Amino acid sequence: MRVALFLTCVNDTMYPETGKAMVRLLRRLGHDVEFPAGQTCCGQMHLNTGYRTQAKHLVKGFAETFGGYDAVVTPSASCAAMIRDWHPRLAPRTSGLASRVHELTEFLVDVLGVTDVGAYYPHRVTYHPTCHSLRMLHVGDRPLRLLKEVRGIDLVDLPDAAECCGFGGTFALKNAEVSAAMCADKVAAVRETGAGTLCAADNSCLMHIGGALTRTRAGVRTVHLAEILASTEEAPA
Amino acid sequence: MPAFPDAAREAVADTRLRGNLAHATGTIRERRAAAVAELDDWDALRESGKQIKDHVLANLGHYLRRLEEKVTEAGGTVHWARDAAEANRIVADLVKATGESEVVKVKSMATQETGLNEALAEEGIAAYETDLAELIVQLGHDRPSHILVPAIHRNRSDIRDIFRREMPDAPEGLTDAPADLAEAARRHLRAKFLSAKVAVSGVNFAVADTGTLVVLESEGNGRMCLTLPETLISVMGVEKIVPSMRDLEVFLQLLPRSSTAERMNPYTSTWTGVHPGDGPRDFHLVLLDNGRTETLADEVGRQALRCIRCSACLNVCPVYERAGGHAYGSPYPGPIGAILSPQIRGIGSDVDASLPYASSLCGACFEACPVAIDIPEVLVHLRARAVEDGPRHPVERAAMTAAGWTLRSPARLALAQRLASASRRIVAPRGRIRRLPGPLNAWTETRDAPAPPAESFRAWWARTDGGRTEPRAPEDGTDDGTDGRTEEGQ
Ligand code: SF4
Repeated sequence: MRVALFLTCVNDTMYPETGKAMVRLLRRLGHDVEFPAGQTCCGQMHLNTGYRTQAKHLVKGFAETFGGYDAVVTPSASCAAMIRDWHPRLAPRTSGLASRVHELTEFLVDVLGVTDVGAYYPHRVTYHPTCHSLRMLHVGDRPLRLLKEVRGIDLVDLPDAAECCGFGGTFALKNAEVSAAMCADKVAAVRETGAGTLCAADNSCLMHIGGALTRTRAGVRTVHLAEILASTEEAPA
Repeated sequence: MPAFPDAAREAVADTRLRGNLAHATGTIRERRAAAVAELDDWDALRESGKQIKDHVLANLGHYLRRLEEKVTEAGGTVHWARDAAEANRIVADLVKATGESEVVKVKSMATQETGLNEALAEEGIAAYETDLAELIVQLGHDRPSHILVPAIHRNRSDIRDIFRREMPDAPEGLTDAPADLAEAARRHLRAKFLSAKVAVSGVNFAVADTGTLVVLESEGNGRMCLTLPETLISVMGVEKIVPSMRDLEVFLQLLPRSSTAERMNPYTSTWTGVHPGDGPRDFHLVLLDNGRTETLADEVGRQALRCIRCSACLNVCPVYERAGGHAYGSPYPGPIGAILSPQIRGIGSDVDASLPYASSLCGACFEACPVAIDIPEVLVHLRARAVEDGPRHPVERAAMTAAGWTLRSPARLALAQRLASASRRIVAPRGRIRRLPGPLNAWTETRDAPAPPAESFRAWWARTDGGRTEPRAPEDGTDDGTDGRTEEGQ
């Protein structure tokens, strides 16, 4: 199986550690990933802001880069949802590829058939199911099943977990006041758990919540799920 | 009307309003989820509701003609109104023809949409709202902020103050106990019902096969209005049709559970034309287009016309919960308002151009909608229309074009990443960015922004051959441990 890593523009540019964790994790499980250098962005920001033509160019570029792979795995639930839901609508010929694109937890659970990935993470962690993972991708409890198998972890429920954190891409700028109000409630819920780590399957939402957490000096760090799953006793995250 | 973000700013800062809304929507949200979970065929019902509505919309001309025929056969009179002004004119003329100068009203979204009460007032006709929440809004010289609970932004003590101030027959020393408030309203309204000769109603469903109109309500005030007066004028959007009585069954399950979280609403009134000695002697039906035909022409946007105004999408919407209903600048607030108003009114005004952006696209509305309107899809579709319609946001357009140009080429993206990495010591000496320039400042008002990492993933992959020439991948490349990641205590 030829597996390609689609890191997404945000992770590639801002969160390289998430990509490195994906590579480590998948190699540890006996699979190799390629990183096709032609990749850039799935087009979500442009589509969601109304710039459809720009988005279409990016969709075509994505199809050219990843067309030859058996599976594409990505650490962003929202980009995976964009590819699966929107790419076929924007460029109908890409629909075959869209179904071969998997978000990390789907890839682990459904394609590789594992939930125990041999991880070790001795911290109190709470998990935020991002809206796109929940309602567009329908990843269900896959992330939690993976987290539950992590050794040493103290996994605590997040109150009102399914509530949107208020990120929403350019929504965070265009409706900054409402976005901040939503974020404040999410931050309060996170603090209520007493967890020192907030994790999610999307760094974009974590960037937003994390930005408010550090601003308020909450003492909670945000970590992508991949980094927890890649963490081991020998090489802790 | 100010654009959505400007109107929302005030609401977000209003703690009392936020408290009222969070409490009311939170309660109804949980109850709705429980009421829906009781039915194991909910998904099938939802699909039926969707298909019935889609079928009607695809054959709207046919069903409208059939409805007209049947209503006329039953002794009613059908009027066609192209827009709000025409609808209001028709109603005003009908009222004047009776010689009356007062009407009682059954809660109606269509007449909110046309601004009927104001139009009637200009003709010297007083319209009295009889739905309790509408009454509160009317007496408070206020605007509705919710489809189903127009006074959701008010709490008990607000209501007592309004009644004391504006209701001439309010009892002395009225308290804010719900039973007392309801009793005061009941007495006030009873007098109106008994004297009213003309009533104006909305319509939840119109059955094309029989010419039957249907109103669902909780209080019974609607039924009083529909039965006591001599003349009844009902105003409905052209999309409110169902083909047959059998189809009603689906909606009588979908609507109450979605809106009030009840298995069945307390009052369901149906009426067909006129019957000597029973109910109004004169019945008029006004069929309102007001932008609906144009909405129907839009392949993606037309699904908004399936809406049965249950308000489930409002109650689950995190944006509505913070911004309140008034920020949407229309009688249709919340997610449905964000897609319906810009379609029926056009995207010309500031508020209508801003509405498609009044969502984080979290998808909760789609999940809750009993007729499966893909609201996020329509929002994204309307955003594209807002962008195509003109250079409303030249800065944004330039930024998006530049971003698109950069992202279209891996080489250009890599260059941009190198520039970002090189600037990290300057823009974020302590690992976090506390202030971004220009429009991006909207981000850093309340949130830090991450500093760019020392090296992008792409650069790391190229330098280390995918980590193969580096003993252990992480940390090594980043000297202070920040890769744009949140770390406290710097
Ligand atoms: S859009 Fe759907 S959920 Fe919202 S009011 Fe209409 S029918 Fe109800």
